[in-house]
Amino acid sequence: MTTALPISLQVNGERIDAQVLPRLNLADFLREHLKLTGTHVGCEHGVCGACTVRVNGDIVRSCLMLAAQTHGVIIETIEGLSDSGEIADLQAAFRDRNALQCGFCTPGMLVAAQDLLLHDATPDRERIREHLSGNYCRCTGYQAIVDAVESTAHARMGSTP
Amino acid sequence: MTAVSATPEALSVLDRPNSYIGKVVPRPNLERLMQGRGLYVSDMELPRMAHVVFLRSPHAHARIVGIDAAAARQMPGVIAIVTGEQLAAVITPWVGVLTHLKGLKSAPQHAIALDRVCWQGEAVAAVVATSRAVAEDAAEIVGVEYQELEAVTDMRTALDPQTPVIHPALGDNLAFERNLDAGAVDAAFASSDAIVEAEFVFGRHTGVTLEPRAVVADWNPAEARLTIYQGTQAPHMVQNIAALHLGLEEAQVRVVCKDVGGSFGIKVHIYADEMATYALSKLLRRPIKFVADRVESFNTDIHARDHRCKGRIGVKNDGTITAFEIDDLTGIGPYSMYPRTSAIEANQVVNLVGGPYMAKNYRARARVVFQNKNVMCQYRAVGHPIACSVTEGLVDLAASRIGMDPVEIRRRNLIADDAYPCASPSGLRFEQLSHHASINRLIGMMEYDALRAEQAALRRKNIHRGIGIASFIEVTNPSAAFYGVGGARISSQDGVAVRLDAQGSVICQTSITEQGQGSESLTAQIVGSVLGVSMARVRVILGDTDNTPYGGGTWASRGAGIGGEAALQAAKVLRKNVLDVAAAILQASPAELDIVNDAIVNADDGAVRIELRELARIVYFRPDTLPPGIQPELMATRHFVPREYPFAFTNGVQAAWIEVDTDTGFVRLLRHWVVEDCGTIINPQLVDEQIRGGVVQGLGAALFEKCIYDERGQLTNANMADYLVPMSGEMPDIDIGHVVSPTLETELGAKGAGEAGTAGAAAAVANAVNDALRPFGAIITEIPLTPQVILTALGRI
Repeated sequence: MTTALPISLQVNGERIDAQVLPRLNLADFLREHLKLTGTHVGCEHGVCGACTVRVNGDIVRSCLMLAAQTHGVIIETIEGLSDSGEIADLQAAFRDRNALQCGFCTPGMLVAAQDLLLHDATPDRERIREHLSGNYCRCTGYQAIVDAVESTAHARMGSTP
Repeated sequence: MTAVSATPEALSVLDRPNSYIGKVVPRPNLERLMQGRGLYVSDMELPRMAHVVFLRSPHAHARIVGIDAAAARQMPGVIAIVTGEQLAAVITPWVGVLTHLKGLKSAPQHAIALDRVCWQGEAVAAVVATSRAVAEDAAEIVGVEYQELEAVTDMRTALDPQTPVIHPALGDNLAFERNLDAGAVDAAFASSDAIVEAEFVFGRHTGVTLEPRAVVADWNPAEARLTIYQGTQAPHMVQNIAALHLGLEEAQVRVVCKDVGGSFGIKVHIYADEMATYALSKLLRRPIKFVADRVESFNTDIHARDHRCKGRIGVKNDGTITAFEIDDLTGIGPYSMYPRTSAIEANQVVNLVGGPYMAKNYRARARVVFQNKNVMCQYRAVGHPIACSVTEGLVDLAASRIGMDPVEIRRRNLIADDAYPCASPSGLRFEQLSHHASINRLIGMMEYDALRAEQAALRRKNIHRGIGIASFIEVTNPSAAFYGVGGARISSQDGVAVRLDAQGSVICQTSITEQGQGSESLTAQIVGSVLGVSMARVRVILGDTDNTPYGGGTWASRGAGIGGEAALQAAKVLRKNVLDVAAAILQASPAELDIVNDAIVNADDGAVRIELRELARIVYFRPDTLPPGIQPELMATRHFVPREYPFAFTNGVQAAWIEVDTDTGFVRLLRHWVVEDCGTIINPQLVDEQIRGGVVQGLGAALFEKCIYDERGQLTNANMADYLVPMSGEMPDIDIGHVVSPTLETELGAKGAGEAGTAGAAAAVANAVNDALRPFGAIITEIPLTPQVILTALGRI
């Protein structure tokens, strides 16, 4: 039970080989082993969404997944999505709308919002609110976040021929 | 005043060209937070750092018979297991009282319990190990033998003779009592056409900062210095307290505050486990990290509210309110918190009830009692939600009794906008408020009459919607009257240092702190505007006792009003100094010059004379070319504290439009409106977002949030799945309007806005629910308004 397991995976485009204890969760692996501290731990039981990352293209609460389950997967964290420029427009919309205050929920919120926009190009406000319901924000009251996601969706549609 | 004839010095900061005041500009610190490149304390690591996990009491009240840590000490990776007695050799206990709260008493509290635990969650031992996981493993095999004691949990019986006294040395469980009797209350009630009474019940809730409390304490014995990295709102307060109880000089303690994942008042107090972490670092001579997990957060972050307040209002048939009377009771846990005390909320309730209204007859009693539950203290909008819900609930009940519209009764009783300055029956002094302008604005925004018509139409279809209105006043910009006069070393003044660097950019050090409110942005906006420097060239440093002037920090809606004024005054001095140097270089008089867009220009025609970058080069590298006798001072520091008014009161009004499902008891929030008067608005977007965020915290209290204790003092919902907070799906859009009455006590004119949303949101929702349920004859004066509460009131369960 306490024997470390070998895993090999890709994180933000980098190949990672590691030995992990079976009990280590993905959030702690990212934060403590890879020092990717943009993934935040808020509730440690899959409710608040602050630890949301992308695993093989799907959003996952990294506090509910074990590092040992990530052998062979592709993981993208807020650091990777920022550096690649994939969510630059969404981040600009968050900045212009002041859609974050303390910023602790923001990485998870951005990952979840991008997931919505990839699957639904024209979400209405209700749909945005529903999709982000698993990501808690204690500062903003959510309206600015909904505005920022909505305006990003409009901008992306406008730029599509 | 004409801009043409005015000299630059005669222009106010608000008139200057290219001013950032009143403009929406993005906060400079957002990029790092959005890219996951912030630095929260929970992210920090230092060489030789160890992790502490606190073993916490499972009992609400128990004697500690013995602690057996022998086996745990042998586990690989365990560095130390420290009991309260061992830690007491390093850190002294404290008592959370203030002298201006007469009669307030509390018992000495230790960093770790010595021989008795007084609430479920109080630490009984510290387990220090190389990782948090190892420390948790070790904590599991530490044996603690407890002898359970009777727990005092119900505040209503805490003062009964048969109830055990939690701290026998104090004599009883009464921490504080305040009585007030202003005007002629009995005569006023006797002259009333109707008297309405109700008991208002408020659930105990907490802040749920998304980043839990976190601290890294680093005692360096070679330097004899302690560096505390902590997500705190008040670094200098932490410095003072840590030094005091560790036997150090303040100069030996540095407090550094990086990014903070939410505060809301939760992170403005001194917690026992944080004190223990400082002491452990000193004891073990290495950095120690403590990050509360979510269960610990619920059990040890301060709780708030938990009041039961009986209220009474007298009214005449013409709508005149004759008197208010309240009897408030609150339970604060086993200790008054340190150093701000746990009597402030009840004290605020006494101060604020009836505050928006003209009625001069007011009687109040507030009692604060000890109990074996987690500690309670100041959380966003301290006391205001209680006072507002009681006042506005009573006003609506009075209106209903005499058959008057809720807006009309307010118009007939709110203090007139031209009646200022004036004072409340409890002695609060108001400089300039705008209740009538605000409610008029609100009524226009929400289209009140149309909404009433819609409500009536829907009622015929068995759809039950309600409108709730809540006027409020808010304490902001507190002077020394808040804490300093009571003996607490909590600064009410703030300082800002501004300097021009060698490339003509500006570095600004301020003693206010940032937890997302926009402190950094508003400081840069003010400094950039006053100096004539673009915001991109202003860098703001905050949250470091070694590197900022001394000051209070960010709490009680004070950052913009107090820290902002200090920034304005410091920038004015630097501006004068820069113009003096420029005049010497350019052989002109300072009055002929101005600073615009990072350059010295002619005041009259705006022609650029010299770039600030070039001026700085000359000053720093070629001072030999300056005229004799010129010693430029390109750094200026100013401090500010309000002296004339103890508090800069603001006012506002909120409205809620809700629907009650009378079959399920669920409340749907359809729309929410706020009109707020916070004086000068530095950045409208930041103000509006502070208000929206505050409203949603108030809506959480209104509908969801409650720490549910059982009769043995066990918190039964200490996790985010069972303790409900507002989620995006159920929150409404919130419309915000403003009335602007600047305070004349400062040149800036700004008052606070951070707590206005929380102050009135629950009252508006509660009034709206009662408005919706009026056809059923149900009146609810309890929050949170859960389906169970509503269905019970409807007689359905």
